[in-house]
Amino acid sequence: MNHDDLASVAAQTRQREERYEHVIKVCVAAGCLSANAEQVKTQLESELKQRGLETCCKVKGVGCMGLCAAGPLVSADTNQKMFQAVTPANAGAIVDDVVENKPAPASMVLNSKLDFFVGQKKIVLENAGELDPERIEDYIASEGYEALFHCLTRLRPPQVIEQVTISGLRGRGGAGFPTGLKWTTVAKAVGSSKYVICNADEGDPGAFMDRSVLESDPHRVLEGMAIAAYAVGATKGFIYCRAEYPLAIKRLRIAIRQAESNGLLGMNIGDTHFDFKVEVRIGAGAFVCGEETALIASIEGGRGTPRPRPPFPAQEGLWHLPTLINNVETFANIPPIIRKGGEWFASIGTEKSKGTKVFALAGRVNNTGLIEVPMGITLREIIFKLGGGIPEGRRFKAVQSGGPSGGCVPEQYLDIPVDYDSLASVGSIMGSGGMIVMDETSCMVDVARFFMEFCMSESCGKCTPCRVGTAQMHNILERITHGEARPKDLELLKRLTITVKAASLCGLGQTAPNPTLTTLRYFMDEYRSHIEEGHCAAGVCHPAKAELEVAA
Amino acid sequence: MLSTSKPISPPSGDKRWRIIDGMMRRHGYAPYALIEVLHTVQETFGFLNDDSLRYVAPSLRVPLSKAYAVASFYHFFTMKPPGEHTCVICAGTACYIKGAPALLNAVQEVAGIKQGETTADGKLSLLTARCLGSCGLAPAVVFDGQVSGKTTTELIKKRVRTCLESKSLKTEVTQ
Repeated sequence: MNHDDLASVAAQTRQREERYEHVIKVCVAAGCLSANAEQVKTQLESELKQRGLETCCKVKGVGCMGLCAAGPLVSADTNQKMFQAVTPANAGAIVDDVVENKPAPASMVLNSKLDFFVGQKKIVLENAGELDPERIEDYIASEGYEALFHCLTRLRPPQVIEQVTISGLRGRGGAGFPTGLKWTTVAKAVGSSKYVICNADEGDPGAFMDRSVLESDPHRVLEGMAIAAYAVGATKGFIYCRAEYPLAIKRLRIAIRQAESNGLLGMNIGDTHFDFKVEVRIGAGAFVCGEETALIASIEGGRGTPRPRPPFPAQEGLWHLPTLINNVETFANIPPIIRKGGEWFASIGTEKSKGTKVFALAGRVNNTGLIEVPMGITLREIIFKLGGGIPEGRRFKAVQSGGPSGGCVPEQYLDIPVDYDSLASVGSIMGSGGMIVMDETSCMVDVARFFMEFCMSESCGKCTPCRVGTAQMHNILERITHGEARPKDLELLKRLTITVKAASLCGLGQTAPNPTLTTLRYFMDEYRSHIEEGHCAAGVCHPAKAELEVAA
Repeated sequence: MLSTSKPISPPSGDKRWRIIDGMMRRHGYAPYALIEVLHTVQETFGFLNDDSLRYVAPSLRVPLSKAYAVASFYHFFTMKPPGEHTCVICAGTACYIKGAPALLNAVQEVAGIKQGETTADGKLSLLTARCLGSCGLAPAVVFDGQVSGKTTTELIKKRVRTCLESKSLKTEVTQ
């Protein structure tokens, strides 16, 4: 397929779509599928057929629309109309509303002007909820693979990297390393061949951004990877996806097959001399494999244990060859950056954090789901405007960002802008984008214990500070929640956090104390009341002393 | 150059070994395919055991110790045969905040098994997952591969009872 073929496929697909007066879109991402979206889609199709309307109205399965809590979601006529919690029995009412203009019952209608939708700015998710993720034609029709062709035919590799550098894009996996710099390093590295790896091992509990991107718009990630490969001089790519995401793996494989048969991946891409092949590798449930050197060890078929850096993977990565590793969301940002230019991207966001960030909003918040917001928005806006506040009129307590590597941000910092540096200044991290809201029913000591238990069990065991330190910290937190803490435990806990943070080999250990550190910093009174009074205000833990009193 | 032959033959005449052979052949019996092949074994047989490791390791020319190290390192691989039904409770942060521990207790109470165990009659296995990525639907539970969101303790107890009572009459669970 050359550039002309691409344009003609795009035109044909658009033409075919325009023939329909109405298009009903059904969300077929994992969240809605588990709530029967597939049956809803079939029922809508048969309803249209029965009424003989299949020539004027089309039913299309699309990616994630974001508001997972209200699923399954259905939208129609460029999202003018949206329906929530749809069941197959509602198909008739939806067709009535969309085609015949007879309004559906109010309980089904979802206001598409909600802050949740209006407050977002979509770059990575621009196609989510619009395209059929299993059809390459749909992606091509919305300027898909244009950026790749632009690179192959008009830009030299250094010019591609220049655009990425100008954009100011930083790695979306959590650490926020400048993407342009990483690409430059790999491009300069010398090796008989080079690799591009997409890190889709989204192990952070409470995060599902990468999963949604892969399920809703897999071709965008492939295009981003191909552009990266062209820029750094790689010919082979791997996507390391976790086994817990079967649908994402399935759609990725479909997308790779389609791209290969259309000459957009494989040999001589777009009739040029550029070759790039992509393979999917499935993880096997190890959080540490999100760390780049551990991920490489896992692709090589071994235990996923990290190794000291340097040498960085950019110089010596997969099979000791220069390797570029970026997160799913980072790659997904590349095609629009190339299409619209690095300066356009740099105009969004804050001074040091450019562009948008996808967050998975979950926990005690009214609108749980996936949002994409410009950098620099405040936490308060995210939780209370887009998220719709805390359910049942409860009080906000903390928001946890960055999963087991992040921290809990209390109410007094709700007005800080969301960017890499501000979040770090209050002890948390941007992380990959999980955002869990907690209200007064959550005990912060218990939350710290939960994350420490996670880190303890996910520690690969290679270095002692992490292997032993996380276990010791977990023991102390366990004692505190059970009301068996000793007077010196708090002091010991603090000392351990410093040791583990400073002495661990990889990111897992270095960041494992963060949830504990932030809760110690902002919720010391809760620790005290557990230890001194044997009382858990949230009623989650049952410190022994409290139970004794009840018994007496 | 890797040879495309393998030194040993399957541990039994079971036809399912052909699936494993096919997977290994596809990767040219390369050592790096170990994890991929173990995935296939688990998909085909439901779990990994000594026999399968003793077959896969030499076929891919990796030491048996490495095959065991990999199989025991990753949480996804199990060395125990699973029960007839599986109940996976998501223990991710969002689900934890929204009551996953109560669900776990409910299943423990009804089925009398702890996390990672299978009932004595082999009917039900109880597992936890790190995060299913269905945080919007928390708390999430996967029953026999089917994800169900916003699960309550009543709902999960009902499902567990149905599982336990299916076919055999041996396990009468008192209401």
